[in-house]
Order: sequence, then C-alpha cells, then structure tokens
Amino acid sequence: MNKLERKDILGLQDMSPEDIRLILDTAVSMKEILKRPVKKVPTLRGKSVCTLFFEPSTRTRTSFEVAAKVLSADVSGITASASSIVKGESFKDTLLTLQAMGVDLFVIRHQAGGAPHYAASIVPAHVINAGDGMHEHPTQGLLDMMTIVENKGRLDGLVVTIVGDILHSRVARSNVWGLTRMGATVRLAGPKTLIPVEAEKLPVEVYTDIDEAVEGADVINVLRIQLERMNSGFFPSAREYARMFGINKERLRRAKPDVTLMHPGPMNRGIEITPDVADGEFAVITDQVTNGVAVRMALLYLLLGGGANVAAA
Amino acid sequence: MWLLLKGGRVIDPSQGIDDIADVLVRDGVIAGTGKIELESMDGAPGEVYDVTGKVVAPGLIDMHVHLREPGDEHKETIATGAAAAAAGGFTTIVAMPNTHPAPDSRAVVDLITTEGKKTRVNVLCCGALTKNMAGEEMAELGEIVEAGAVAASDDGFPIQNSLVMRRVMEYAGMLNIPVLVHCEDKALTAGAVMNEGIVSTVVGLRGMPAAAEVSMIERNILLAELAGCRLHIQHVSCAASVDVIRLAKARGVKVTCETCPQYFTLTDEVLADYDTNTKMNPPLRTAADVEAIKAGLADGTIDVIATDHAPHSLEDKEVEMTVAAFGIVGLETALPLVVTKLVDDGVMSLSDAIEKLTARPAEVLGINRGTLDIGAPADIVVFDPEEEITVQASKFKSMGRNTPFDGWKLKGAVIATIAGGKVAYGKLGTESKEQVILEHA
Repeated sequence: MNKLERKDILGLQDMSPEDIRLILDTAVSMKEILKRPVKKVPTLRGKSVCTLFFEPSTRTRTSFEVAAKVLSADVSGITASASSIVKGESFKDTLLTLQAMGVDLFVIRHQAGGAPHYAASIVPAHVINAGDGMHEHPTQGLLDMMTIVENKGRLDGLVVTIVGDILHSRVARSNVWGLTRMGATVRLAGPKTLIPVEAEKLPVEVYTDIDEAVEGADVINVLRIQLERMNSGFFPSAREYARMFGINKERLRRAKPDVTLMHPGPMNRGIEITPDVADGEFAVITDQVTNGVAVRMALLYLLLGGGANVAAA
Repeated sequence: MWLLLKGGRVIDPSQGIDDIADVLVRDGVIAGTGKIELESMDGAPGEVYDVTGKVVAPGLIDMHVHLREPGDEHKETIATGAAAAAAGGFTTIVAMPNTHPAPDSRAVVDLITTEGKKTRVNVLCCGALTKNMAGEEMAELGEIVEAGAVAASDDGFPIQNSLVMRRVMEYAGMLNIPVLVHCEDKALTAGAVMNEGIVSTVVGLRGMPAAAEVSMIERNILLAELAGCRLHIQHVSCAASVDVIRLAKARGVKVTCETCPQYFTLTDEVLADYDTNTKMNPPLRTAADVEAIKAGLADGTIDVIATDHAPHSLEDKEVEMTVAAFGIVGLETALPLVVTKLVDDGVMSLSDAIEKLTARPAEVLGINRGTLDIGAPADIVVFDPEEEITVQASKFKSMGRNTPFDGWKLKGAVIATIAGGKVAYGKLGTESKEQVILEHA
C-alpha cells in the first residue's frame, strides 16, 4: 500500500493528484467500516490524537473524534474557551505542553490563517489543519471531492460552481486547489463584496451573476452566509441576498439535469438555499457528513498507521 | 588630538566628492579633505590610519527608528538601539514617538535626549503631534521643539481627522519643523496584516490595499499645501505612492519622502511561509511595487532611505500571524542591503545611494550633519562595499532579532563608525607603524 509522504496535512494547495487519489481511495475503504454493525477497528490503538480548537465548531470536531475512535485512537480535546488559553498562555506554550503529554497527532482549528503551519514547525507530532482563518480547510475539500466522485464517478472534466461568501471561505479555497488539481473547472460566484481581491488570478472563473455561474454546472456547492456579514456592509439584507444569490428551484434548472448539490453546513435555510432545494433530490448534504468521517479516518490512518490493510484489520 | 584617514575612496555627496583622498579630523570636527601631509600636523599627537580600498563617507543618518524607551525596554533601549546604529554605520538616528509615554511633552523629549547623550551616536527626538498620539488634541509642539525635537509625527497612529491634521500642520509649519507622516487610512486596513492582493487571497490573511496608503498620502499632500508646512512621507511602499509624490514635487509642493530597504528587496510572496518576521506596516507589496520603488529612488522622487528599525521581543513574534507585532529591525542590515540591492544591482551609484543616507535626511531634518565639510561634526563611516557578510540576527547589537534577512549573504561591511570624532564601532588599521589598533573602548 502506498504511504502519504508527508508529516502534516495543512492544505490542498501543495497536494499532488497522487496523494489526493490515495486519500480518496483510502476513504472509500474507511466508509465500509462505518457501515459495519461494529464500527471499530484496532488499527490506531495506543495512538494519541488531540483536537485543539480555537474557534467554535461542533461538526468538524465531532467528525474527527468519531474518526479517531473508530480507529481506536485515544482522543483528547481542548477548546479555546475551556483551556488555559484564556489565562494568557501562548499558542506555542499550549502546543509544547500538549506535545509533552505524548500527543501523536494534532487536529487544529484556528481563526488565524497559518496557525497550523506554525504549529507544525514547532511540534514533532503530525498536524492536520481543521480550518485556519480564511486560508484552507483541507479535510472539507477532500470530503467534498469524495462526495462528487461518489455521485459522478470522476472529477476530471466536471464543472463545479461554488456560491456565496468566497472572501471568508477556507472551504472555497481548499475546493479550488483540490478540484483544479484533479482536472475540474471551478466557478466562484457571489456578490462582489464577498469575492476576494484578485480572485481572477486563481485558476478559476469568477461570476457575480449566479444564473450564469450555475449554467450547465455538474456540481453546485453552496456556502454558508454568516449573518454577521450582513451587519458589516457586505450586502444590504438577507432578503436581497436570497433573491440575488440564493440557490432555489428555478436557478437549479439552469444546471445539468443530474446536478449534485452540496453545502458544508450549517445551513441558513431560506437565505443561501431554499428549504425545498436543501431537502430535494439533488442534495447530498448528509452524505457529505458521512464522507467527512471517512476522509478523516483515512488521513489519521495514513499519517499514523502503518502498511497494514485497514479493512482486514 | 587629530585623526587622519589616508587613501580611502571618499564619498561625500553634500560636496559632490567621490575621489581617493584623505580625511582629517581634529577636536571632533572635520578639519579637511583632500591630500593631507603628516608634516602639516606640526608634531601634535594624533593617529594615522591607512584606509586604502575602503569607502570613507559621512556617518549615516537614519531618520526613522523605534528605540522603545521609555516604556518598552524589554524590546530595545536607547543604549542598545544606539549600539545597533553604530554597528550599522549610523551616527545619527531619529527616535520615533511611539514610546510609553509618548514624547508629547517637554519632559519626555528631555528624557530621550538625555539618555541619547549617554550613547556614542547622535540620538535625536521626533516629538508627537497630538497628545498621547490620540489624533485629537495638539501636543505642546512649541515646547517640544524648544526641548530639541527635530520633527514631529504621530507615528503608526496616523491622524485620521483632516481638520486636526490641518491644524497641526499649520502649527508645525510655524515652528519650521518637518511633519513626518505614516500614511494609512485605518478604516481600509482594520484587522489586516499584509498587502491585499492575490497572495493575501491565497494565504487567507486580511490585506491592506495600496489605496489605504496612497489616498492618505494624497490627502496629506493637499493639506500640507494648504497649511504651508514641510511634509515628509515615511516608508513609501507602493508604486502609486511614488507616482503621486512625483506629481506633487513636479508642481512644487514642499514634500519629501523615504523608503526602507525591505521595500526595495522583498515582495508579499514571502508571506506565504507565515513567517511573522515578514509582517510589517506598511506591508511588503508586489514585484511591480518593488520596481517602482527602485525607479523612484533612481529618479530622485524618493529622497531618503530610512530603516523603520522596529525591534520586538521574541514573545511578540513567536505567535500566530494575526496577533504578531508589526515590524522588523533594520539598523544592522540597511547598508549591506543598499550596497547589494541598489548599487550592485545597478539601480544607482554608490554616491547617489549614500546621499539618501546622509545629505538628504540631514536636509529634511535641517541639521548640520551628513557631510564631510570642514567644521561639521566628525561623523564618519568607513566601510568595504566589496566584503561579503552573512547576516546573523543572533549577533545583533539590537535586542531585536526580528529580521527576515537572517542568514542572507550580502555585500558591504562596516569597518568603523566614528561619531563626533570618536570611534563608536569597529576598528581602524592593523599593521604598519603608522597604524594603531583602536578597539572601541
């Protein structure tokens, strides 16, 4: 079995197609384990995984915890509000303290872009970036790709439209790098105020007209609109956003007839996506959640495990 | 006592000199340049050093340093900052007012100048324009100038209110001191840590658009014209800033400006490594901006090279990018970067580069330094523009280790720095009987 020749998973920008394929293939085996009546294999017994979250998160943290537990790793967790971080301990000292407790792999979410990179440079343990500021969210990018492959059988040649708050979205960035590396065409769409500066220099097509952006798309990935953006002048109202940029039944008709509709969650029903579409036949939003566990299992296994065939373990 | 530096390449842009010559120092002032015979000393005691192959220039002037005292002595003190200056070839430094408290009163200006006098270099004070640099009430500028401040600025807390800015400019104009401005529209840069552009988009850090700098430069130029003060734009970092200053100069506005070595050496692409020693304000810009800065230096639009020496402690930098302090140290890397990136790369002659480190800042500040003219204070740097050095942050005289240039190989080594006729750093001479090793005591 191939091995992942890297210590950390910090982003998809520098990940090769071979590595992406290896992770996605491994995730398929992992998903098999999740379908078993007894969801437990001993592969990572004795390995210590620590989730270090400096930003509120329920789904990503839980997903990593479930992934680690299915593989029998020991999981500890720290969230910023509950730790010594509020007492003024530096990020560096927090990491060194936890490292001294024998952590083998850190899962880090942080509001500062680059924080996992900094962590990876000071601890010998593996680091998986679980979302850093506006930079990357590589496990979300991978689970989105896995979900697309499940539905389309491929990534190469597909048109994937990502709609919403691109500016603040690490999900969008990881999707851009991963999908384009695998041969897909990526369209970014949203109000001009939520498109990052010089986005046209990314390997993407940029749209502010959503109807044009979804025209003929194989996949639509709808991003969450954080309500605090509305009060900072990025767009005038939820009502206008829903009308101009929301994904509804009419807009969906412009896409391919077999379009796959994704959302990283949590959803604001009625704003970026209408409830009928969110619950409709094209949506694969809960599959994304399951695939999230599978992808995270694959990464934990590839970074911490050995060459043993996990499905047979 | 006299001191004779024989046979060096004397470069003094203030007098248009670039020639092999001798420089004579007597009683702390320049006593002559040219061909000077030992016999003319009439047997008075003194020292002679052969500096053949070395450049002898006026001591460098850095009109933009942060010395951190009073208030942040864990980052730097006036003494350590002065030692770093001497090591870098600087004999005059202007201390910016972002201390705690700020020099917004005579007492703090006195403290800084008193501590400065205990060092081997000439430490000048830049007073605050407004009380506590809050951008609201004018500081007691008259008393600050009486106490010896040579300029005034609100440093990295630029006055946003245009009416307040107009008034302080009018008042400073009356006092005939230059107003030094860090130009930044703070509303456009809130929360930002780097240049805004494709790199900030990719690395996911908030960016400062060039327009935040340029628009404030334009406002300040218009207000300075209205107020009739001398305006000096600090650390110009982007192409459009050079353009607007060039236009203002062409229509006769009394405006000067500076840039720093980092802005003609590095681009924002280095931020991709999330090294907090690349975080500064103004931020590193694009390759096109670097080229425009070089063009501005070459055509004279940019008058001065300063360092914006901003020492920080490790704990201010060994943190996440978003919370790391802005700024890098610069006193001990400026001259080698100028020699390597401007002179060796063919942007300008060594003489033109030295002018921006000596005569031009002296002119902006209105001080009788930066020259080897007879009677001027004997501030001299002797350096070897051909000698290769490796930057070693751990060996800096500054307490700050925050440099993006650690480990860089550059050309240009300071041999000795003489301030007021006394060796402040380095040593002169080695072998011949005329030469005495003069370790800095």
